[in-house]
Amino acid sequence: MILMVAEQSNGVLSKSAYELAQAARQLQGELPNFGEVTALVLGSGVAAAASAAALLADQVLVADMPALGQYDAEVWASAVAQIAGEGEAQVVLIAGSRSGREYSPRVAVKLDAPLLEDVIRLQCESFGEGAGVVLRAEHYTFLSRVTERIETQAPAVVVTVKPGSFVAAAAGTTPAEQLDVDLQLPQKRLKVTGSIQEKTGRIGLTEADVVVSGGRGVGTQEAFAELVEGLADQLGAPVGATRAVVDAGWRPYAEQVGQTGKTVQPKLYVAVGISGAVQHLSGMNKSQCIVALNKDADAPIFKITDYGIVGDVKEIVPALIAELRK
Amino acid sequence: MRIITLVRQVLDAEESVRVRGGAVDLEGSKLVMDTMDEYGVEEALRLREAASGETPVEVVALAVGPERAEESLRTALAMGADRGVHVVTNELLDAIALSAVVAQVARGEGADLIFCGGQQADWDSQALGAATAERLQWPQATWTSQLERKGSTLVGKHEVDEGSETFEVQWPAVVTTQQGLNEPRYPTLPNIMKSKKKEIRKQPLEAFGIAPRLKVLGSEIQVKERKRKILDGKDASAAAAQLVKMLREEAGVVA
Repeated sequence: MILMVAEQSNGVLSKSAYELAQAARQLQGELPNFGEVTALVLGSGVAAAASAAALLADQVLVADMPALGQYDAEVWASAVAQIAGEGEAQVVLIAGSRSGREYSPRVAVKLDAPLLEDVIRLQCESFGEGAGVVLRAEHYTFLSRVTERIETQAPAVVVTVKPGSFVAAAAGTTPAEQLDVDLQLPQKRLKVTGSIQEKTGRIGLTEADVVVSGGRGVGTQEAFAELVEGLADQLGAPVGATRAVVDAGWRPYAEQVGQTGKTVQPKLYVAVGISGAVQHLSGMNKSQCIVALNKDADAPIFKITDYGIVGDVKEIVPALIAELRK
Repeated sequence: MRIITLVRQVLDAEESVRVRGGAVDLEGSKLVMDTMDEYGVEEALRLREAASGETPVEVVALAVGPERAEESLRTALAMGADRGVHVVTNELLDAIALSAVVAQVARGEGADLIFCGGQQADWDSQALGAATAERLQWPQATWTSQLERKGSTLVGKHEVDEGSETFEVQWPAVVTTQQGLNEPRYPTLPNIMKSKKKEIRKQPLEAFGIAPRLKVLGSEIQVKERKRKILDGKDASAAAAQLVKMLREEAGVVA
C-alpha cells in the first residue's frame, strides 16, 4: 500500500494532496504490486476534503475527530504511523509543507523507516518480498544549489514531497470508498497559547503562479507598499520579501522568501530592488521565469534572470503597472 | 539543567559550491558553524546567564563529524559553552541516523534541553530536531524565534505553516532554531584563550552502532538556462512596454 497523507486547510483539500496523488500514481504505475493508493485525511470537520480525496485515491481513510482540530506534530506523527503500521504501507507520502516536514521525521523513527526529504523526483527501482522497496529520489542540498540523487532500501520508506515538484493529479469521476478510522492519540505537550495568522486576502506564497518580491533596493517601507504591493495587485500575486526587508521591519516574516523563509517555485517571479544574496536565491531560484528590476547592472540577481530592466524601480514599476493595465 | 547544543560545520553560504566526481568538494572552501546552530549556542548561553542564582545550567556543545568539525566546536566553546563532545566519523550520516547519535549522547549526559538548527545548510534537511525528540520521547518546538524559561516551562514563539504561534512546553524538550531568536555573540579574545583549555571529549562513531540507510548516488549543479535579456531602463515607459511584450508573447507568463 502507498499511503498518502492528504493535507487539508479549513476543510478544503490542499493543492499538495493533488501533487502527492500524482507521485503515488506514478509509483503505482512503475510497480503494480504496490497495491492500493490510500489517502489519509486528518482533521475535524473534514467531510468535504475527504470527498475530494476520494476522487484521487483508491481508498480514503478519514480520521474526523475533535482532537485533530488543531495540528500537533506528536499527534499527527502518531496518527500517520498507526495507519501506516496497520496497513503495512511500503511508502508513506507526506507534503513537504512546514508541518509535513516537522512531523514526518517522527513517523520515520516510529516506523524505523528511512526518510527521503523534500524530494523533487521519485522512482521505484524494485520491490520484493523481504527485501523491501528500493526508492530513488532527487532533492536539493546546499541551499538549493546542488541536486543530489539518493537511494534507500527498506520495508517502509517515508517521503516528503517538495511543493510544486509534481503536477497536480486530475480528479477522477468515480469516488473511492471512504472508511472512518478511530485512532489512539497522545496528549499534546506543546501547548499553543496564541496564533498569529497571516492576515491577507492574497493567495499563499507557496501556491501562487506569480510572486512579486521586494528588497532593500525599493528604498523605504512606504515605497515598498506602493510599488511592490501595487505590482503584486496588478498581477494578482502575493508579496514576498528579502530577509533584509523583514529584519528592517518593513514586512512580516511570513512574507520572507529564502533560506530561513519560504521556498517558492512560481511560473513568474518578479524581483524588485533585490540584489540577490545566496540565501534569497535558494528560496526562488527554481522559478520558471525570473524577472528582475534593479538599478545595479552588476547585481547577482541578473545572473539568474530571464528578463530584466536596469533602472530606478520608482520609475519602472509605475510604468510596468501602467503597461499591464493596457 | 544541562543543555546540549548541536554544532555542525558547513560550507560558508558566501562560498560557491563545487561538485567533483559526483560529490560536493569542500576542499579549500571556507567552512563555518551553521548559522542556525549559532542561534542555538547563543540561546543556550542566554538561558545559562538568566539562571544565575537558580539551578546552574551547563552548556554542552555536540558535534558529529570528521576531525575538522572540532573547529566549530571550538567556536562554540569560545562563545561560552562549558565543554564539548565530538563524535568522530568520516561517514556521511543522514538526519535520521544522526538523530540516533544525538539521542544517545543526550541520554548519557542526562540532558534536559537540546538545541539544533531549524534547517541544516548542507543537507537542506529539517528532520534532525524532530527525529531526536521522537527517539527521546520528548516534545519539540521547531522554528523557534523567541524563547524564555519560566521554571520548568519554556515559553516561546515559533513559525508554522501560515503565520506563527506562541507556545508553552515543559522541558525536557528539543528546540529547533530560526532567525530572529537572538543575535549570536562574537567570541572575545579572552574567551578564545579560555576555550583552548576547555574539555572536548572524543568518541568514535563505531560505539553507537549506527547504520545509515540513505545512499548518495551522485550530486550535480543543475543550472537552469536563463534568457538574461536585460533592458536599459533610462526610458522607463519604453523598457516597461518592451518587457511586458516579451512576458506576454515570448514567455507567456502574463495574460
